[in-house]
Amino acid sequence: MKVLTGNDLKTGAVTWWDGVQWSLHVEDAVDVGDHADAIMAREQAAQRVNGPYAIDAEKTADGVRPAHIKDRIRALGPTVRPDLTLKPADPEIGNWVI
Amino acid sequence: MYKYDQYDQAMVDARVEEFRDQTRRRIAGHMNDDQFKPLRLKNGLYLQLHAYMLRVAIPYGTFNAVQMRKLAHIARTYDRGYGHFTTRQNIQYNWIKLEQAPDILAELATVEMHAIQTSGESIRNVSADQYAGAAADEIIDPRPWAETIRQMTNFMPEFSYLPRKFKIAVIASKVDRAALRWHDFALRIVRNEAGEIGFEVYAGGGMGRTPFIAHKIRDFLPTTQIFSYLQAVLRVWNRNARRDNIHKQRMKILVHELGQEEFSRQVEEAFTHFLSLGQDFPQAEYDRIAAYFTPPPFEQGLSEDLDLSDPAFAAWVRLQTVAHQAPGYAIANISLKPVGGIPGDISADQMDRVADLAERFSFGEIRATHAQNLVLPHVRKIDLPALWQELRAVGLADANLDLVTDIIACPGLDYCSLANARSIPVAQKIAERFADLERQEDIGELKIKISGCINACGHHHAGNIGILGVDKKGTENYQLLLGGSGDEETSQAKITGPGFDEDGVVNALERAVDHYRAVRQPGERFIDTYRRVGMDGFKEAIYV
Repeated sequence: MKVLTGNDLKTGAVTWWDGVQWSLHVEDAVDVGDHADAIMAREQAAQRVNGPYAIDAEKTADGVRPAHIKDRIRALGPTVRPDLTLKPADPEIGNWVI
Repeated sequence: MYKYDQYDQAMVDARVEEFRDQTRRRIAGHMNDDQFKPLRLKNGLYLQLHAYMLRVAIPYGTFNAVQMRKLAHIARTYDRGYGHFTTRQNIQYNWIKLEQAPDILAELATVEMHAIQTSGESIRNVSADQYAGAAADEIIDPRPWAETIRQMTNFMPEFSYLPRKFKIAVIASKVDRAALRWHDFALRIVRNEAGEIGFEVYAGGGMGRTPFIAHKIRDFLPTTQIFSYLQAVLRVWNRNARRDNIHKQRMKILVHELGQEEFSRQVEEAFTHFLSLGQDFPQAEYDRIAAYFTPPPFEQGLSEDLDLSDPAFAAWVRLQTVAHQAPGYAIANISLKPVGGIPGDISADQMDRVADLAERFSFGEIRATHAQNLVLPHVRKIDLPALWQELRAVGLADANLDLVTDIIACPGLDYCSLANARSIPVAQKIAERFADLERQEDIGELKIKISGCINACGHHHAGNIGILGVDKKGTENYQLLLGGSGDEETSQAKITGPGFDEDGVVNALERAVDHYRAVRQPGERFIDTYRRVGMDGFKEAIYV
């Protein structure tokens, strides 16, 4: 699947296109198929996202998993600071990145 | 240390307001990111993997307790409670919100700090020996010259749109603690046969994807001609740089392609021109700046005796303190490399505590080192036990300076948008593997430097053992390098062979260390043994 990611303009936070708006949670990301360029152009023009790009991902039992480690780290947070990830309560969450 | 005058303060304040307006226009949609990016970079604001990152300048690594408390306040108020000291003696914050960045810059300006020229194609923060003004082996304090150069180069239009970034270092001792020859332009303060102070000048060094060690291009430059000389160097680079190719724009490429002789010839020709313009500042201006660096009022007649009966304290004194130029004083290094920690990271609470200790024990002065540690430069030896106890209470009393666990590591793929692999977990695993202090001391001086990509922010080219993280078909892979050095015998590390995964590179590094221990001669450091025996034996040990 193809998903869209970028950064929030004001906060810089990593965001994912959920089909309607930009979400902080990768599991909300939807397959944009062939519409990536059109969505990115529209959202960037409306200042709703900074530097969006399309990536490959797969739908797993645990949700959407970006194909590349860099995007998995973007989705989770720094692997060396589990207290700062989006799911700090899950001690195993770091394994999802590798 | 230097104090802003009304012009410095006015310039920094004006810059804050300018950036506040630029940020407002960006958020309002009057600028797109392509237009805004060069403006935010001129103010040290990057967009990294998880958020905006702000890099704050600490000129030549010197700052004070008041500034440290402000850095702690910013970490606590605008970030996530910590900061990261970098390999250019700066500090950076990883979780900055764009809408708050102007407020942060305004807060910094109240304590004479800023983020100007910590990014972009400009002259970056001038670095210096972290022991400047305290070291027993320095000719003079190099910081007045570093400050003079900072004043010459900040905001100057010709230096604001350079082909690429430009890094300068200044030292004043034979021992090189600032990785001098890994800089674009470097000055070592020397005394000539007539007893006059001048600069030994180096140019064309740098790490990154194409590493070069700087060449000496002048044996002696009179100090008061430095502005003309630096202008000449930058003019030759500006005129000839490969602006068509970002990977060939650094001055090191030009020096390499022209050759040292031709580069020096062109510099000397331009130097003659600039000298004739009479733009060099008078000695009085240097004297004005130097007055800010008058040594603190050291006490006389202090005891040199220390009770070293506590083995842990004795180890800390042995490893973390360095000879001071004033009798009865010591330079105290504060390790930011606890085993299992993140190299260079420090919490806001720890920053506040270091500020308190600087005021109590070191005339309020603090230094940041390019090896991502801190220094209290002027501590009475009789205060070392109390300082150590206080540092222990906040987890800052590790004893490992220049040992195998004192690892330089860039933020890597955990934070950096340019990185290909994570650096910090590798540093943590190495530190955990070698945590035993007795083993570390037996190994002796061993400088490990880890970069998460070829940009080499973790200085892997200069590591006695370097590690370079690369992307191998979507997975992290680590190349091992041996033989680098950033000291006065500068050398470039060489790749040993095929790369490893994360655990594999830690194992390979341990085998290299074991080989060194097996073949070393008495008194040899790792780098000495490597230079004596060469790569082959190490390769055989690493790739068993």
